Amino acid sequence: MKLTLGPVLFNWSTSAWSDFYARIADEAPIDRVIVGEAVCSKRSPFRIDASADVIERLSRGGKEVVIATLALPTLKREIAEIRDVATGDTLVEVSDVTALAAVAGRDHVIGPMFNVYNEAALQELTALGATTICLPPELPITSVAVLGQYRGAADLEVFAFGRAPLAIAARCYHARAHGLTKDGCKYVCELDADGLEVDTLDGQHFLAVNGVQTLAGGVTALATEVFDLAAAGVARLRLSPHSCDMVAVSGSFRDLVDGRICAAEHIARLERLPLPAGIVDGYLHARAGAHRLVDTQ
Amino acid sequence: MELVCPAGTPSALRTAVEAGADAVYCGFQDETNARNFPGLNFTAVELQEGIAYAHRRGVKVLVAINTFARAGGIELWQRAVETSVRARADALILADIGILAWARRNFPEQRLHLSVQAAATTPSAIRFYVERYGVKRIVLPRVLTVDEIAMLIAAIPCEAEVFAFGGLCVMTEGRCQLSSYATGESPNMNGVCSPAAHVEYRQEGSELAARLGGFTIDRYPEGQPAAYPTLCKGRFKVHGKVQHIFEEPTSLDTLPLLPALKKAGVTALKIEGRQRGKAYLAATVRAFRNALDALEAGAAPAASRLDAFTEGGRGTTGAYRKTWR
Repeated sequence: MKLTLGPVLFNWSTSAWSDFYARIADEAPIDRVIVGEAVCSKRSPFRIDASADVIERLSRGGKEVVIATLALPTLKREIAEIRDVATGDTLVEVSDVTALAAVAGRDHVIGPMFNVYNEAALQELTALGATTICLPPELPITSVAVLGQYRGAADLEVFAFGRAPLAIAARCYHARAHGLTKDGCKYVCELDADGLEVDTLDGQHFLAVNGVQTLAGGVTALATEVFDLAAAGVARLRLSPHSCDMVAVSGSFRDLVDGRICAAEHIARLERLPLPAGIVDGYLHARAGAHRLVDTQ
Repeated sequence: MELVCPAGTPSALRTAVEAGADAVYCGFQDETNARNFPGLNFTAVELQEGIAYAHRRGVKVLVAINTFARAGGIELWQRAVETSVRARADALILADIGILAWARRNFPEQRLHLSVQAAATTPSAIRFYVERYGVKRIVLPRVLTVDEIAMLIAAIPCEAEVFAFGGLCVMTEGRCQLSSYATGESPNMNGVCSPAAHVEYRQEGSELAARLGGFTIDRYPEGQPAAYPTLCKGRFKVHGKVQHIFEEPTSLDTLPLLPALKKAGVTALKIEGRQRGKAYLAATVRAFRNALDALEAGAAPAASRLDAFTEGGRGTTGAYRKTWR
């Protein structure tokens, strides 16, 4: 199984962002890295200068680079950016139909925020040129297994690590939490490297806000499931970047997949990092995503 | 502008038609539509009778088959398409590209609308659906301002329908998995959001806690009416402060915006609420019928009297105004 590093979903400073990728390039046992902004176009101008260096460094480190696209483009500027990326030579990850329309007929990657729930959608997308399809986080393994039978030449990818992306909106909840609006947001999302904690009135951790995006409060960290996924025909696991040591995270997944460590050791390693929140795994088991079912101890 | 009204049941269909709907939309009694609630929706026979009734009165019937088909179970969605075509539905409202492709291939003559659940927000995305699947109308996601809608409509080769009244998704429709995170069931997979089977009201001291999937969504002091715990309308703690982090309990009400929506080139207005009762349906349909008739006659729009039918007793124009963001 191959490991994919998803795009950094959070608003990290340009220096933190560049340093992160420099380390990934040199040290992480990762096959493919998705680079670019998928959540909010207000963040991208700060990284434009650093992007070329990051991409070059990752390529030198033997990583295949794929360019991310925005999950919810609405502005002319955002649509133009997607079109620019789509006409380049680098493989593009599609996060909505705007990007799909721009790359249709050429090889591309479908990201986890694109709705692919069944074999009919999968076949339609592979006919349009999808070579990898990362499935929506809420999909149960029974559905993944069906899709595995219809995957053809395409790689299936499953969200394996990090706070799963649950929703995208026009409204910026980070700004709202600070009494601001999206247009005058003061970039307050940069304050939370792993998202802003949303707890219930009982103080239970529940969700995390990341600008216009809402993430799971719990951290997905697959363990024994990766072998079931491999048997179901899944070729890639997606690790979503967090502020914890992602070289260690990817190393642990590599060791687990290659049989060098057991699931319990893998989870123990991850929990020692520490993770930004507790582990959840309900979705693949057709339960509430916030549940934790598999006990690896 | 055409007035498109919800029909949760055959009797609601007749209520909407009598109250002045130009078109009604409905779905089957299963997870093929986004209002898969107990006691709601149509059998194949009821759909056939409903369509015959509506057609006799010059009213169109649109069938919503707007969830994402289950892997290994797509026949249910295909059968819903086939049954609707046979019943002579005026249009099918679809969201899943797999089902769109199948419907286009098998029933090329059938009029297709793109559901709000497909969340197409740009001219290029919409053109893709028009060119590849022959979509004739798009239902716009509730993420655009009126100005953006006007620009979008000028740039697309199909009709545009917008939400005019009712429950307001805060997240982009079809792109929200909050419900399944708490309950295991979602709009995309099951046609439900924050489903009643996972709701629990619990007395805790002097407060009533409204819970969804075991998570407290809000608390109410004694004597205060408790709202339904729709996840995105709940109160949560952020930085130790209690707030409606996503949205207050409120409903969309565009009566004040009708002239602007007409000027933007909107073809159809949709009233949400297939799960709502007869009183809601009759009042909202009649209010919008009167407002649209007044607008066509050049009269000034009347103030909205629909607050009684909104969540939390108040309306919002939502994303249609930029400051909402």
